[in-house]
This record gives sequence, C-alpha cells and structure tokens, in this order.
Amino acid sequence: MNVRHYTPRQQIALFHFVIILQKLKGHEEVNPETPYTSDTVGNPGAAPPRLPFSRVTQEDLAFFRTLLPGRTITDPDLLKSSNVDWLKTVEGNSEVLLRPKTTEEVSQILRYCNERNLAVCPQGGNTGLVGGSVPVFDEIILSTSLMKQVITFDNISGILTCQAGCVLENLSNYLEERDFIMPLDLGAKGSCHIGGNVSTNAGGLRLLRYGSLRGTVLGLEVVLADGRILNCLATLRKDNTGYDLKQLFIGSEGTLGVITAVSILCPRKPKAVNVAFLGCSSFQQLLETFQCCRGMLGEILSAFEFLDASCMSLLEKHLKLTNPITESPFYIVIETAGSNATHDEEKLHKFLEEVMTSSLVTDGTVATEATKIKALWSLRERVTEALTHEGYTYKYDISLPVEKIYDLVQDMRGHLGDMAKNVVGYGHVGDGNLHLNITSPSKDPALLAAIEPYVYEWTSKWKGSISAEHGLGLKKRNYIYYSKPSEAVALMGSIKAMLDPKGILNPYKTLPDNIH
Amino acid sequence: MSARVLVGVKRVIDYAVKIRVKPDRTGVVTDGVKHSMNPFCEIAVEEAVKLKEKKLVKEVVAVSCGPQQVQETIRTALAMGADRGIHVEVSGKDYETLGPLQVSKIFAALAKKEQADLIILGKQAIDDDCNQTGQMTAALLDWPQGTFASEVTLEADKLKVVREIDGGLETIKINLPAVVTADLRLNTPRYATLPNIMKAKKKKITNVKPADLGVDVSSRLEVLKVEKLKEAGRI
Repeated sequence: MNVRHYTPRQQIALFHFVIILQKLKGHEEVNPETPYTSDTVGNPGAAPPRLPFSRVTQEDLAFFRTLLPGRTITDPDLLKSSNVDWLKTVEGNSEVLLRPKTTEEVSQILRYCNERNLAVCPQGGNTGLVGGSVPVFDEIILSTSLMKQVITFDNISGILTCQAGCVLENLSNYLEERDFIMPLDLGAKGSCHIGGNVSTNAGGLRLLRYGSLRGTVLGLEVVLADGRILNCLATLRKDNTGYDLKQLFIGSEGTLGVITAVSILCPRKPKAVNVAFLGCSSFQQLLETFQCCRGMLGEILSAFEFLDASCMSLLEKHLKLTNPITESPFYIVIETAGSNATHDEEKLHKFLEEVMTSSLVTDGTVATEATKIKALWSLRERVTEALTHEGYTYKYDISLPVEKIYDLVQDMRGHLGDMAKNVVGYGHVGDGNLHLNITSPSKDPALLAAIEPYVYEWTSKWKGSISAEHGLGLKKRNYIYYSKPSEAVALMGSIKAMLDPKGILNPYKTLPDNIH
Repeated sequence: MSARVLVGVKRVIDYAVKIRVKPDRTGVVTDGVKHSMNPFCEIAVEEAVKLKEKKLVKEVVAVSCGPQQVQETIRTALAMGADRGIHVEVSGKDYETLGPLQVSKIFAALAKKEQADLIILGKQAIDDDCNQTGQMTAALLDWPQGTFASEVTLEADKLKVVREIDGGLETIKINLPAVVTADLRLNTPRYATLPNIMKAKKKKITNVKPADLGVDVSSRLEVLKVEKLKEAGRI
C-alpha cells in the first residue's frame, strides 16, 4: 500500500482501518511478541511486531561473560528496573544487561551483536519520557552506568571531556568546584547520563542562555553498529574540516551509534544568581513580562519558565510545597546569572519595579541565597513528579509560536471536558516550548483517542514541533510526519540504513514504522 | 498594645554552601562566599511580624551586629515586615572575635535604650552553634527567658511559651519584659513578596557603635586552630 500521498491524518486513519480489518479477520488475540503495557490495537504509539532479530543463546552469554566478567546481568530482579521506563508506561523483556567500562568493550559488544544480528538498546539514566530508553522486546540493554570517568578538563577554555555515563549532576558538582557549570540543566539531573542527554539533544532550563547541545558539544566519540569506533572527540571551538558528523549523532536517540565520550564547552560559574518567582493574571501579561524582561535583563537572563495554577495546586497537594506568593492563574520563574551581584540586583529590582507598577505582574518574590533559590526552582522542577501522583499521565512536549502556547492548553481542556482529570501546562516559555500534561486515574484508551491525533494536528496547523526536546523514542515515532516532510524522513531512513544496515541499534524507535 | 519587639538577625554563611577551612587554619573561608540570614533568626523575625499582624505588639525593630554587609540582612527582615532596623557597626578584628557575650551586652544596652518589651532571637546561629546569646541577654537584663520556643502566646502582660526539651514539651508562663529564643517548629518564615521588598527600601536603618552603647566588644577568647573533620567511615 503506497501511502505517500496521504496526509498524516489520513495515514493514521488508514493505520486504524488496517487494524480493524485484521480484527474482523480474526487476528484478535494479542500478539505474544508485543509488550503487555501497550494497547496494541489502533495505537500508533504502541510497538510493532518483533522484527526477526536473533535471540540470545547460552553461547552469546558465554561471550559476554568473558568480555565483561561480573558485568553481564541476567538476574530478572536486577533487570526489572532497566526494562521499565521512568514513567512506568512501557516495559520490555530484555534478559541481558551489559555494563561496559570502556569504549573498546562497547566496540566489541556491538561488533559481536552485529554479526549475530542481536538487537541492542543503549541505556543511560533511563529518564527519557518517550519510551526510547528501554527495550521493546528482548533487545540487549547496553548500559553506560560504569562509564563515568571525567577524562580531561581545561580550565582556560572550559572544555570538559568525559565518558558518556557521567551523571549530569556529578558533572555539575565537579565543574562548580572549578568555577564552571554545565551548559545544560534539567529536572532529571540526579540520574541522567550526559551520553543520553546528547543522544536526545536535551534542552532543559538553561537553553535560553547557553544554547542547545548542538552548539555546546564540541566533539563525540561514537561506536557504530558494526563496532567501528568513530573518534571525533575534538576539543576545538572552531573546526571546519569536512562534514560535521557529530551533528548526526546528537539527537539520534541511540539509533545511529552509541555515544561513548563527549567533549563539551562549559560556561563560567556565575558569581551572582538571582531567582524571581512572579504571578500573572493572564497569559498575555506573561508574554509582555517576557518582552520587558528581555529588554531590561537581556544579557543576564538565564531562564524564563512558566507554570499554571493547576500545576501549583498539584505541587501543594502531592508534594506539600508552599506557594510563596498569592494565588495567580500563571507563575513565572526568572533566573538571572551574572558576574556582579550589585549590578544584577540593580537591574533586577528596576525590572521588578517596572512590572509591578505597570501591573503586568500581580505579586512576586525574589531569592539570592542558595537554599531559597533551590526552593523556588523546585516549584518548577518538581511538577513532573507531582503529576505522577495523579495516576496515568499523557505527556506532550510541543514547540509552538510563543503567543499560541497556552491556547493549546485551553483548547485541550474544552475538547476533553470531563474525560481528563487534569490538563496542565508548564515549560520553557522563553524557548516557545510547552509541556502539556493530561492525567487520568488510570490508562484510558478513550481519552488517548480523544487527545491523539487532535493535539498533533493542532500543532501541525501552527507549524509547531510535536516533540520539542523529548525526542520521538517509541511513543512518538509514527507522528514524525506532523512535523517533518516525507523527503526529510526518507533521507533519515537512508542514513539509518547506511550506518546500521541490520537495524540492530535501538530498533522500533525514532523513525516511523513505514517510511515512504 | 504598645509593645516594642527587638529581633536579632545574624548574617551567616548560607547553609547550602560547602564550607572550606582557610589554609592557615585560623578560620573558614568567608570571602566571596554566599551569606544569608541565620535560619533561626528568620523564624524569630516571622514570629515578631506575626505578633504585629495580630496587633499584639506595636513595633518590630530588627538588629544586626557587624560590618556594612549586615545591612542586607536587616533589609531582608524589613522586607518580611519589620518596621525599622538598627545596624550596630562592628568590623575587622572586633568582628572576627564577636561572640555571644559581646552581642548579649549590646542587646541588653539596646533593650534599655529602645525600651523594648520583648526580645526574640534565634535559638542558635548555624555557624558557631553557641546557643548562648538569648540566655546571656536575659541574665544581663535580669529578665525571664523562654528558650527553644515552639509556640509563643501573649496573654496580657504574660507570655506562655511551649519549649522543646529532651523529654518532650514544657509549657511555662513568664512575665514581660522577656527574652524568647526561636526553635525550628515555631513557624515557617514567609517569603518576602515584591510589594514588601519595595516598601522595605524606604524603611529606616539607624547606625550605632558599640561604644555609644557603653559596650566593650573585646574578646577574652582566642581561636587556636580550625580544622576540617575527618570523613566518617563508610559502610
């Protein structure tokens, strides 16, 4: 069936139609190959049938055990947590977890798996939100948890080189002792690995100030599907010699190669950090506050985040956090980072006076001490955690023109009515990135059908991205056409086929099941 | 009620900061390190402001002893709701050796000068952990004291204080004027909101020297050395 000329909506409809046809023909029993947690029928986010990879044999285990003594895990209890994602929404059935320590070991593992046609799921901190970090079936889990060495740090250039399994928070602590910081920061920092961050092209809270990983990553060391080691670990700020291969791997979600080492440019630790927590009575005023902020704080602005009143009530209800200001429909977290505390405070106070007197902001508070700053940030960083207490969360990470961001939340509320328990919006409003979250007490296929593809069509209509920073993983792979034209996806397919002809690297992820 | 409350606020190294011992082992590194109001002092300010909001006291005066930078700490107290501040100027060597005995003498002198009816302090500072200033101040003034307070109720001219002690909770009734020291569970300090931060800029801070109060701040203690604790063994 050639679906090239159909719109994404029509393709999804056809997909459903085919499934229904199959059902009518009697293919009703759930395919034992598909993971139990996915509703297999009529859900583009669920897994396709298992591809014909080899299965792990005793011989394979013997090879791994010789290569990685004591680091070849087959105990089902130990495997359990690596088989399930952080949101507890997808689960695989891997029977082998490998923990290499060196790039050479990763190379040998992949060379072997490629020859044997064994599928591999690379895994960092397993904090991904689109089901990309856990196996779908019995893929071998290749964990970077023991590759946690810092290789070098140059405190003149600020260039850090480290293995892919370094935990982001540990790197931050290491750098802070040397008066530097990581250019990215996210809520998952206590668990996520830098290799995973790079594979996802993670955005985070500081993107507004320091840019994306596509700018700050200077070099990568990657092991390709056949075991070849690609050493592009340059530590140069500028290097225009040939095609910039590392950009292929950044954001490729482990499907083009396994990142084993990263060199990244780190900014100096700011001497003065201030956080303001403000309340706005409308989204329009929030946007005007942003414009004012850009104008008056410009060069010292390092974060501009928002959350809505629904988020605040969840934080209060489940995590017992207190709202530091009076209740408002919208809350903003503004962070400034600069080299002179007095100058920054003056700029910040002028800005705050301006937005207060012009009534753009109805209330607010400011913090300069580390403890208070942490407390204010936790109001934004822990929303994801608070949501997990509400049952099942449907998460959407959307890029939109900044003025349209909250329209999507309001439209969704109207569209879903009583079907959803909560519809909340929060996120990196400064980057035009909304985190739309919808909860229900338990998984609800009817609710899912009401949300998707409505949310993707809405996004596509405003030329937005259906996945701003979380990636596509398992759950969103089939929606790629809402944000990318077929020529682009076809080219992605060719690149994948060239770098991983057998398709063993993180199968069933990122690229759609049917490329055309 | 025409009561005036004096609240002591101490500027200390922020509790989230990693402390480093100076190479010459005479003390800890304070230069360029983030400082903030002692958490127990915050609780003291909150309690005083609460009393004012209940109209049980008329004026809250925030007091801090130290160099120019302590004015920031006083401003924070003003932003939380204190009415005015007093900055007792102590700097250099005198500041390095300033301890509970000298501070309590200063507070006793100020209490008389300002005709205070109540002094609320934090139970201890998180840098020296002395837990002495409140008690010494009460002794110097010959006032009753309610220390480790987890609940304070004003009943006419008496103060009912619930104290956290080893065996549990002890409730005492003391006459005013009195000294109270705040323990952790007394209250949760409020965030200073923007309108109050703006108002605080206009509130007055008066400067005064210890000599003006007739207090000698010299210390009879000498720090011999300061060392980092050895790391406890890991299991």
